[in-house]
Amino acid sequence: MKEKAVLEMKNIHKSFPGVRALQAVDFTLCEGEVHALMGENGAGKSTLIKVLTGVYSKDEGEIYLKGHEKAVAIRSPQDAQNLGISTVYQEITLCPNLSVAENMFIGRTKGMGVNWKSMNKMADEILTSLDIPAKSTQQLASCSIAVQQMVAIARAVDMDCKVLILDEPTSSLDEQEVAKLFKLMRDLKSRGVGIVFVKHFLDQVYEICDKITVLRDGQLVGEYEIENLPRVQLVSKMLGKDFDDTSEIKDDSLTYKGEDASEKIFEAESLRSNAGIKPFDFYIKKGEVNGFTGLLGSGRSESVRAIFGADRVVGGTVKKNGKEVKIKKPIDAMKQGIAYLPEDRKRDGIVGDLSVRENIVLALQVLQGFFKPFSKKAQYEFADEYIKLLDIKTASADTPIKSLSGGNQQKVILARWLLTHPEYLILDEPTRGIDIGTKVEIQKLVLKLASEGMSVTFISSETDEMLRTCSRLIVMRDRKVVGEISGDDMNQTKIMSTIAGGGRDDAE
Amino acid sequence: MTQNKVEKKTTASGLFGRLFRHQLFIPIAALLLLVIFNLIMDPAFFAIRMEINNAGNNVLLGSLVTILDSGSELAILAIGMTLVTSACGGQDISVGANIAIAGSVMLRIICGEDARAEEVSVGIVIVAFLVAALVAMLFGAFNGLLVAHFNIQPMVATLILYTAGRHIAAWVNNNTLPKINDTSFGYIGGYIPGIPIPTPIFIAIACMALIALVLKFTALGLYTQAIGVNENSSRLNGINPKAIKILSFVILGLCVAVAAFIKVGRNTTINYSGVAKDIEMDAILAVALGGNALGGGRFNMGASILGAYVIQFLTTTLYACNVESSELPAYKAVVVIILVIMSAPVVRDKLKDVGKKLKSKKNVEVKEVG
Amino acid sequence: MKKKILALLMVATMALGLTACGGGEESSDDLIKVGVINNDPNESGYRTANVNDMKAMFTKENGYDAKFFYSLDNDEQIAQAEKYINDEVDYLLLSAAGTSGWDSVLTKAKEVGVKVILFDRTIDADSSLYEASIVSDMKKEGETAVKWLADQGLSEYKVVHIQGVIGSAAQIGRSGALDSKVAENDNWTIVKQQTADWSQEKAMEIVQSVLDSGEEFNVIYAENDDMAAGAVAAIEKAGKTHGVDGDIIIMGFDCNKWALEKLLAGEWNYDGQCNPFQASYIHDIIQKLEKGETLTEKTIILDEKGFDAKTITQEDVDKYGI
Repeated sequence: MKEKAVLEMKNIHKSFPGVRALQAVDFTLCEGEVHALMGENGAGKSTLIKVLTGVYSKDEGEIYLKGHEKAVAIRSPQDAQNLGISTVYQEITLCPNLSVAENMFIGRTKGMGVNWKSMNKMADEILTSLDIPAKSTQQLASCSIAVQQMVAIARAVDMDCKVLILDEPTSSLDEQEVAKLFKLMRDLKSRGVGIVFVKHFLDQVYEICDKITVLRDGQLVGEYEIENLPRVQLVSKMLGKDFDDTSEIKDDSLTYKGEDASEKIFEAESLRSNAGIKPFDFYIKKGEVNGFTGLLGSGRSESVRAIFGADRVVGGTVKKNGKEVKIKKPIDAMKQGIAYLPEDRKRDGIVGDLSVRENIVLALQVLQGFFKPFSKKAQYEFADEYIKLLDIKTASADTPIKSLSGGNQQKVILARWLLTHPEYLILDEPTRGIDIGTKVEIQKLVLKLASEGMSVTFISSETDEMLRTCSRLIVMRDRKVVGEISGDDMNQTKIMSTIAGGGRDDAE
Repeated sequence: MTQNKVEKKTTASGLFGRLFRHQLFIPIAALLLLVIFNLIMDPAFFAIRMEINNAGNNVLLGSLVTILDSGSELAILAIGMTLVTSACGGQDISVGANIAIAGSVMLRIICGEDARAEEVSVGIVIVAFLVAALVAMLFGAFNGLLVAHFNIQPMVATLILYTAGRHIAAWVNNNTLPKINDTSFGYIGGYIPGIPIPTPIFIAIACMALIALVLKFTALGLYTQAIGVNENSSRLNGINPKAIKILSFVILGLCVAVAAFIKVGRNTTINYSGVAKDIEMDAILAVALGGNALGGGRFNMGASILGAYVIQFLTTTLYACNVESSELPAYKAVVVIILVIMSAPVVRDKLKDVGKKLKSKKNVEVKEVG
Repeated sequence: MKKKILALLMVATMALGLTACGGGEESSDDLIKVGVINNDPNESGYRTANVNDMKAMFTKENGYDAKFFYSLDNDEQIAQAEKYINDEVDYLLLSAAGTSGWDSVLTKAKEVGVKVILFDRTIDADSSLYEASIVSDMKKEGETAVKWLADQGLSEYKVVHIQGVIGSAAQIGRSGALDSKVAENDNWTIVKQQTADWSQEKAMEIVQSVLDSGEEFNVIYAENDDMAAGAVAAIEKAGKTHGVDGDIIIMGFDCNKWALEKLLAGEWNYDGQCNPFQASYIHDIIQKLEKGETLTEKTIILDEKGFDAKTITQEDVDKYGI
């Protein structure tokens, strides 16, 4: 073990049926450092943390802790806690209706007796020492979210922890609250606690962290000192694209660029929803394919959801062909010819128990109206047409959609929207979790539709996919539009540098 | 790939699998069981005879007629309960109380202040029904609002009306028990002169026809099921889940009013404290017996209605066997237990396995013989 | 948030229920403080009449400061009795929902000097714990009815016996008289004996099943009016005649106004009274106790009649109908 290390994980392997979630990952945390764990979705961050906290058992590898000669065995969250590894999750896992002190000591009192007085006194001491603005007897729910989070941390710290894991701790906090949290983190750092920080916001990572470990596809990319890793490098390492790769060749057969002269069909001004994104401007031309790009949690989905009225729109105007239209809820958008394929297919897309036929017909039926149902015959005609057109693999039109594979489910949802003959199609991660063949099919389809005059917004975590299909990219960072790329600038390098941003000064 | 898989499944579990999986399997199996039981106990149970009643009409009598007759209210309520269950993933337990209210409103209008009506005109009966229907639908909308808008669990939300409903019903008629003495009013719950079939059967058939038309000529079925399966996704497809949920409760309210109409017709009065007591449990049981998921989503209206008549079959059978009426719930509880176990995924898989084994065994036997 | 709204609604509903039941008034020293614990007035017409009678009697004009509480739940009643005792009422008037569980609270009442008067229902407790008990003699009601039936002089009695909730005092009393008569006489048979739990609908289904089976019967002995009405509905549907000039004798209990009207119209034959007008008896007892007199009898049996369709008059209907 290294001299100052409090935690060392070596050669960690973990597989799930069909997935190798972690392959030979090393991770070292030193005393008094804040260490960011970075990676895109599916990189293995959460698996690594769950192995560390005893939620998952590792397949292979060793974990060493300071003060233990041999490798330690962590078989349950209880083990992890006893070894001084504490976790604070994004969602508060405390009991809001109990007092602060009760929350700090719950499940930790020995025996049956509880001495409330001494417990409250102890709690107050800890709170004062950490400068947390809460009283031991206060009900937890009456504290702000930030303070609740701090109480959770205080609870963790008091359990004599050496390793503190903060999993997306700032997501629900405003800027002042984040500042308070960071102060607490620095305080803990000075006491020698090692902190693992999992967070998607680059600005925050660069503000608080000392080191960064990057994971990608279950493998370790590397461990870096923060000052030695410019943001652009970090982004390129996370995305797995070489920053200096200029020899990129575009596949022209797959690329279609919208006509420059055409009119803006939809236009939005300072659009705002209740999903917590900054107001943004947006437009799309007829026959254009554009895209939103940015890291996970940057607000890509929230932006298109605001356009479709999927989240509650709280401000801004939308114009169609120059005329203002009101889009408050999805049906309004649908009536204006907008279609939206949501990011989370399972939660927002498929209607699992219903048949392929019903899933295909659903949106058009809603547009047609409650009192004009399609006959069974018409429904079968629609369904059969699109099953053939999109080559959907299903036993029959009556098969429940949930028994189809992911790619075919996605095609059904696509069919549902194509059937409404939209003027503007929004595709949020249409290619996630589906096989390569279907991915290419969907990309081709997007370009074909655009060439027929449909406007398309395409969102994907895979930037090369976006480069291939989109003619213009809107770049988002930390829930804010930070740039737009088009024409000759459309390459990985430019995207990554825009995503990474210049520095701290351009954030608010 | 998927295609192959599905085909394989069908052939593997064969007829048994398809049988077990079919939604009508449970209610039909239960019905057959009851029929066989009665054949063994007393074949006369199935006898239907024609007699002349004291009004001088030919009327059909017999247990089977009684089942169809007495099951009318339950079948009508099962229609509304199925929709509520599908859309909201929960059940309305205030149906009985709401029947008490609707029935009391009818009596209040027909009988007026002095709580007696010697002669009743068709007009006032229609007015009374319409007003009662409006009241029942309003209470339904109230339940629906609590469920759709405030996101309260349906059973919890309807607990309010369940608790308060019979008090409201008592208040409607000042705690008196009004009575209609016009014999022609009794036609609603009995026989219309010249027709040997009890009137409630016709009312139930009319309701079934109506819901069939509604399901055919509106997108209610698709919307309701879509919301029940995936509310998020339905909203993103432009459906207004709140409106549909409230609508399902309003339709149940209408069903309640019709059921109350039959109840008042049968007795020419009702006792607000006891009328239709626990009928909501039977209606829920009918939905479950019809193989519909009580957690919402897909539904089969026909199966629910069949379920309602199976429950009535059970009740009538038990009466014929001299089972104390206070013990009826115990027998129904047994049915519920069997149902719940049958519909548990673990048991369903087991059944499929058994089906497979039976089939492979048969094949083996055939081979051996051959 | 959700929970809060729900809680609010529940509270609102309860408040509604409470106001419907009527709260207590300001107390005054020269009035006699009584706490009345009764069953829910919506339970039956009988109970409604009983509640109205009590309310009409225990008023300020008559010298009472009365508080009323209604519940069908024995535990709630016991809790309320304790409250009344803590409020230092002079008299606790009790119609218990259940017969057991009252010993400790009544002992407490005795210790602090609260006088207890039972009405309508008895309880399983030592008789020293209460001053008096005003009850109907259900057995006598049954005997009166059975005697009336025997006097009809039928050659054969084939009775469909529809019982109330099994175990209730009314059921035990009214069933007992019939059972012993059937046991004693060979020409009396029970075609069907089943409980319909006081419910009209269940009674209808029971009689329907007898009719479906084709068994002959000539008497409906229903232990309350609702069940008799249910039986009649089934009989009419099946085309049998009933009442004074009919084939089937209809007997009910409780003397609901509408039931007595049926008697008057000759559609039913007999209705036995279960007297809900108990307030005047209680009033007499309280007056005696206030004057320091001792009561000669601990158990006071209510005066109860039986009405025959042939002799009933409109006056009877108006006077005794509830």
